[in-house]
Amino acid sequence: MSTPEESERELRPAESAVDYDAVEDLLGDRAVGRETHSNAEAFEIRPDEVQEVLTLLKREAGFDHLSCLTAQEYEDRYESIYHLRKYDDPTQEVGVIVPTPRDEPVHESAEPVYRTADWHEREAYDLVGTEFEGHPDLRRILLPETWVGHPLSKDYDKEQPQVVTLEEHKNPLAEDHRNRESDTMMLNIGPHHPATHGVLHLKTVLDGEQVVDVEPDVGYLHRCEEQMAQNGHYRHEIMPYPDRWDYSSHYPNEHAYARAVEDLADIEVPEYAKVLRTMTSEFGRILGHMLAVGTFCLDIYGDFTAIFMYSMMERDRVFDICEDLAGARMMPNYFRVGGVAWDLPEPREDWIEKVRNYLDGLPGRLEELHDLISGNEILQERTVNVGIIDPEVAKQYGCTGPVARASGIDYDIRRDDPYSYYPELDWNVVTRDAGDNYARTLARLGEVEESARIIGQCADLLEDWPEDERTIQSNVPRTLKPPDGKETYKTVEASKGELGIYMRSDGTAKPARFKIRSPDYHNLHALPEMAEGEYVADLVAALGSLDIVLGSVDR
Amino acid sequence: MSDSEDQHIEKRSPGRGARTEGGSQLGNRFNSRLREAFGSSPFILTKFDKFMNWVRGSSMFMLQFGIACCSLEMMHSYTTKHDLDRFGAGVPRASPRQADVIIVPGTIVSKFAPRMKRVYDQMPEPKFVVGMGNCTASGGPFQKGYNVVKGAEEVIPVDIQVPGCPPRPEALIYGVAKLQERVANGESAPVVVKPYELERFGDLKRDDVVEELSDRIDEETLVMQYNWVEGNTP
Repeated sequence: MSTPEESERELRPAESAVDYDAVEDLLGDRAVGRETHSNAEAFEIRPDEVQEVLTLLKREAGFDHLSCLTAQEYEDRYESIYHLRKYDDPTQEVGVIVPTPRDEPVHESAEPVYRTADWHEREAYDLVGTEFEGHPDLRRILLPETWVGHPLSKDYDKEQPQVVTLEEHKNPLAEDHRNRESDTMMLNIGPHHPATHGVLHLKTVLDGEQVVDVEPDVGYLHRCEEQMAQNGHYRHEIMPYPDRWDYSSHYPNEHAYARAVEDLADIEVPEYAKVLRTMTSEFGRILGHMLAVGTFCLDIYGDFTAIFMYSMMERDRVFDICEDLAGARMMPNYFRVGGVAWDLPEPREDWIEKVRNYLDGLPGRLEELHDLISGNEILQERTVNVGIIDPEVAKQYGCTGPVARASGIDYDIRRDDPYSYYPELDWNVVTRDAGDNYARTLARLGEVEESARIIGQCADLLEDWPEDERTIQSNVPRTLKPPDGKETYKTVEASKGELGIYMRSDGTAKPARFKIRSPDYHNLHALPEMAEGEYVADLVAALGSLDIVLGSVDR
Repeated sequence: MSDSEDQHIEKRSPGRGARTEGGSQLGNRFNSRLREAFGSSPFILTKFDKFMNWVRGSSMFMLQFGIACCSLEMMHSYTTKHDLDRFGAGVPRASPRQADVIIVPGTIVSKFAPRMKRVYDQMPEPKFVVGMGNCTASGGPFQKGYNVVKGAEEVIPVDIQVPGCPPRPEALIYGVAKLQERVANGESAPVVVKPYELERFGDLKRDDVVEELSDRIDEETLVMQYNWVEGNTP
C-alpha cells in the first residue's frame, strides 16, 4: 500500500483578489458594461465576441476553469453568464455576461475555448432556450429530444401534452462505415443496467472488444431541481432538495445551498454551527466515498462480494451516528439558513463517545479494505493504467473533486476558497499523479482518512465548547428577502467535486434564478476521453471510477 | 403452466376421491388409500395452486433496478445489516427476464417512463411490483416538476406501496414481506387503468404537439404521450 502524496500547498485564506481594472483594460472595447456580483465582478460583452473575450481571459489572464454557465430569461432579454475561475486559485473569479434580445437569443458558443462548455450550452439550450452559434452539436441533453418548449423560459406552457419516443437507437458511426465488411457494433448500455449506477444510457460503438465511440445520454432522472428551488422560499422550502441532488452524501449539498444563500442575504453563521456543519459534511464525504469504492469494486468483480458489503456496512455505521444527530438516515435536512437544525443529542458525551469509537475502528477497517483493493492483484490488473485522463484534458472538461485530484490537479475548494470551519483545522488535500482508475479509487480512500481526521478534531472542539456559547442558529428573519438584483455564485467541495450554486434575487422570498453546477455532470462529460480505445470492460471500470450519482448529473 | 397443473391433479386424484367420498371426513383422511400407500411417513394434502403460491412467495427474485435515492436504501436492505435474503427475497437479478418482482425505487421522469414500461413488459408472468418511496406514489417532492410522472401507477400496476422519502430498509423489508404474504395467499394485483400506454406515433390524435413533431417522428415509432393537465390536478 503506497501512501498518497500529500499536497505541498498550504491551507491558506482568501488572498490576492483579481485586479478587475486590469481585466477591464485587457478586454478594452469588448467590455460594454460592468456589473458587480456578490462573488466577483462581471463584464458585459457583445454576443459575437464570446470566443474572443474568453480566449483572452483564458490565455492572458489565466482563467482556465469554466466553472458554470447560467442562462436565464429576463422580462426584456436573455442573459448567459460564464463563471470563470482559476484552477490555481478559485477565489480569483470573473463573470462574463452575454445579453441577447428576447426575440433572438443567439450568441457565439464557448465550446472552442473551453471543451466543457459543450454540455453547459446544451443544457442551457434545453432548459432556457438560448442558442449557441458554432456549437458542434446543439441538441437537447436532459429532456427527451421530442420535447416541445423550454421549461425554464417565461412563455413555457406547463400543461401542454408531451410525446416521448421509444425506438431502437441507431448506430451513430454507421455513415462513416459504408464498407459492408465493417465490423463495428452498436451497443446500448443502459438506461437500465447494473453497471451504470442508476439510469444512465451509454451509446457505445464497439470494434471487436474495443470501444470506438461512446456517448453518454443523460436525463433519465431529470427531476426539475432548478424549477423546484425557484418555486421554494429561501428560508425553509429549498433546503430539503439539495439532499436529493447527490443522494449518496447529503450534507455537503446542503452546505452548498447554505453557503450561497448566506452570501446572498448577508447572514453570519455562529462558530459552533460551523463546526457542526464541517463535521457532518465530512461524514457525508465518507458516505459518498464508501458508496463509490463499494460499487466500483462491485463493477470490477461483478457480484455482491466482500468489498461491497464492507463498504455498505461502513455507510450503515455512519448513518447510525448521523441519525442520532439529524434524525434521519438519508435526507437529513439538517442545515438551516444561518446554522443547523439541532445541537448534539443528549447526553452529549455519549454521542461524542460514539463518534470516537467509530473513528478508532476506522483505520483497521480501512486497512482491511486496502487489503482487498490495493493489495489485490486482480483489481490492479483491471485498473492500473486504465482509463487515464491527463491533467490538461481534465481541466478542459472542467473535472473537479477526486477525479481531478487523482490526475494531479491540486484543487480543493475546502482549502482554496475556504468556508465554514475548514481553515481552522489541520488536514491535507490528497492528490495522486497517475490519473487512472486505480488512482481515483485510492484518492477516495485517502480522503476518507482525511475526513476522519477532520471529524476527530471537530469532536474535540464540540466536547470543549463552552456551554453558554453553543448557538446553533443566528437570527434570521422569518421571511428572507435578499436585496433586489443581487447575484451570487458560490461553490463548495462536495464528495464528487465542485458543487456550485448561482442565485439571483428579485426582492421576493423566492429566487428568480437558481442554477446548480453539479460536479458529476462535468466529470461524466470526460468519460469518452478515458474510455475510447479501451476494452468495453474497462469502459465500465472507468465509469465506476468516475463515481457519478445520477440525481446529481441530471438534477 | 396449466398442463403441469392438470397432470398433478391427475396424480393426486385418489387422495381427492378419498376426501369427498362421504362418511366421516376425518376417518377418510386418516384411513385413506393414500395412508395405506405412504405407511407411517407424513404427507400433506393441498391444492397445487396453493402450493405454487406458497413457493412463489417464499422465493422472490428481485430485479436489480436502481433509479434514484431510494435505490440506495434498497441496496442497504440487501446488504449485511438488514439482509433481505433472510426472508427469501434477496436475490437481485440483473435481467428482467429472470425476475419476479420489480421494486421501483425512485422518481420516474418522462424520458424514463417508456423504458421502465419496456423493462416491466420483459419480465415473465406472474410478476409483482413494489412501489418504493413517495415519488412512486405521486411524484413525491417533485410532483410539481414539469418532467415528473405523477406516480408509478401511471405506467405500471403497483401491488405494494412503501411510503417514505426514502423508506428505511426496515420499511422496505416490511413491504416486501407483505407482498410475499399476498402472493402466498393468492391475492393478485388489481389491474389498473394505465393512462400512459406505448402506441404508434401515427395513431395519436392530431393536436398541436403532434403536428409540430410530425416531420421529426416516424409514424411507426413507439411513443408515450403525457397529458400533464390530468396528472396535475391539485
